[in-house]
Amino acid sequence: MEHRSHVYGVVAEFVGEHELLHAVEKTREAGYRRIEAYTPFPVEGLPEALGLRRNNVPLITLIGGLAGGLGGFFFQYWASAMAYPMNIGGRPLNSWPAFIPVTFELTVLGASLSAVFGMLALNRLPQPHHPLFNVHRFAKHASSDRFFLCIEARDPKFHISEAARFLQSLHAKHVSEVQDD
Amino acid sequence: MSDGAPQINSPEIRRLTPVLEPGHTYASVTDKISAIVLTRPTSFGWIIGFTLAFGTVMMLTVALAWLITKGTGIWGINIPIGWGFAIVNFVWWIGIGHAGTLISAILFLLNQKWRTSINRFAEAMTLFAVACAGIFPLIHTGRPWMAFYMFPYPSTMGLWPQFRSPLIWDVFAVSTYGTVSLLFWFVGLIPDLATLRDRALTKPKQIIYGTLAMGWRGSARHWHRYQSAYLLLAGLATPLVLSVHTVVSFDFAIAIVPGWHTTIFPPYFVAGAIYSGFAMVLTIAIPLRKAYDLEDFITMRHLENMAMVMLATGLIVAYGYFFEFFMSIYSGNKFDLFLVNQRLHGPYNHFYFALILCNILAPQILWSHKARTNVALLFVLSLVVNIGMWLERFVIVVISLTRDFTPSAWGRYSATFWDYATFAGTIGLFVMLLFLFVRVMPAISIAEMRELVAETSEEHE
Repeated sequence: MEHRSHVYGVVAEFVGEHELLHAVEKTREAGYRRIEAYTPFPVEGLPEALGLRRNNVPLITLIGGLAGGLGGFFFQYWASAMAYPMNIGGRPLNSWPAFIPVTFELTVLGASLSAVFGMLALNRLPQPHHPLFNVHRFAKHASSDRFFLCIEARDPKFHISEAARFLQSLHAKHVSEVQDD
Repeated sequence: MSDGAPQINSPEIRRLTPVLEPGHTYASVTDKISAIVLTRPTSFGWIIGFTLAFGTVMMLTVALAWLITKGTGIWGINIPIGWGFAIVNFVWWIGIGHAGTLISAILFLLNQKWRTSINRFAEAMTLFAVACAGIFPLIHTGRPWMAFYMFPYPSTMGLWPQFRSPLIWDVFAVSTYGTVSLLFWFVGLIPDLATLRDRALTKPKQIIYGTLAMGWRGSARHWHRYQSAYLLLAGLATPLVLSVHTVVSFDFAIAIVPGWHTTIFPPYFVAGAIYSGFAMVLTIAIPLRKAYDLEDFITMRHLENMAMVMLATGLIVAYGYFFEFFMSIYSGNKFDLFLVNQRLHGPYNHFYFALILCNILAPQILWSHKARTNVALLFVLSLVVNIGMWLERFVIVVISLTRDFTPSAWGRYSATFWDYATFAGTIGLFVMLLFLFVRVMPAISIAEMRELVAETSEEHE
């Protein structure tokens, strides 16, 4: 058990997205649950193969958009009708059609900011270091032309040599241990 | 062109003109695009171009310093022509930016593969154009250091901005547009910044790109959320881009000045914006693909498609011009009729005829496939359209303001040296930022090109 605390997992390298998808399916069939794939571009079908459910980015975006829009409208209402009401020729203070352009812009602004920062927060980014960067081939190829699959040490079924042997059997190009420092 | 334009004349074969030349792999697109930033030596042409642009930016700083010292009296504006070059240039620049958002957001939603190799620098173009545009209303206030008055902040006087004014809508529209464009561009860049981090050879580059990449490692869970966020941003940017030029057109349409007070302005301004933006994308793409040997990625298919978008939006603009005239005549309103007369026979009619020549007559050559695949001709035409769209805004601003309701309020307008220096200076700023951009950031999205490689290799299987 003590040995395990220094190991983040075992990572395997594949040459193409089809090989990776195949390996992900086999790994899940073999009962591993704490696994993660790393690809140089979003691979179609990979979230499904990994069993990922719908993410929360759309919900955060909706909340941000509603907050921006409602906040924008009622702020204009408050500023024009309550904080500093000005009677100009008896026109209504709550001239809501004139508030729509700013309301719209603030809806888009709120939604966009929450989409981006929500995505980064859910992804736990910025995160300057990650154990996988200790693997030389990962640091060199994961953002370029190779596809990686990692079985993490926190998987209940994880055993370092077994996991490595299992990944070898999936025709991985390289299999390496990931040190957690 | 060297890629064999004569054989691609039949429509059957033309459909097969690739968006990516065959034979590329994940590694080869990564190498080729990242090399422009990381390993390629700075060329002599780049230094010359950058120096010229930088010199023009210095002229801009002198023009701005003189403006702040003396006030807007150094420009040609005076009552009744309070708007002049500053607003003409503002509308021109913000319009140019729109094509970048159109390419990155609307073509993304429509699943157009040909957008992939042009979206990155088109988005950069948007950002730089918005930066240039933003300068003008700011300095046109006369006291740019008081510009914060336009933002709602709790002042000691308890005053708030006039939210019923199109000029305040403009502040919100343009600042939202700038922010969302920056977010969209940056989110698209994150995976590529990680690529540059991993391939950089020197420590400073690793640290800078590494910091900007924020530790991106291409995890499938990250990509999953990333794709959601990107799709949502595209969906948000699409109505945004339409709203921005709509709001810009409200600056005119809400006023009662003849020639401005028309309901056709919003759609016709949006079409004009996309028209001039695509012209600017062509103006940039054609030298860029030549200088950095990117003909494999920015193929004739891209240039031809952009030419077709230009032709289509140009026709919408022509429709707008026609209906402006028609409605003026049909309304029988004497001020509107007089404006038509002044456009055709007034002191600025040569601008109007030049505008018709540049924006309506010249682009009709794009009906011909031969013209659309002639790179030199496209380049010249893109410049002509840029000039035409600038003239359009000049005609709208100056002719209407010099000839409003009473002859006693008529006037004349001519720009001064400082007007031209400021305008040229922003063009220099735009070009300089583009020169810097192609040297420090990948001008084509590497991650999306890999996706394109994956998709095209599947088609061949």
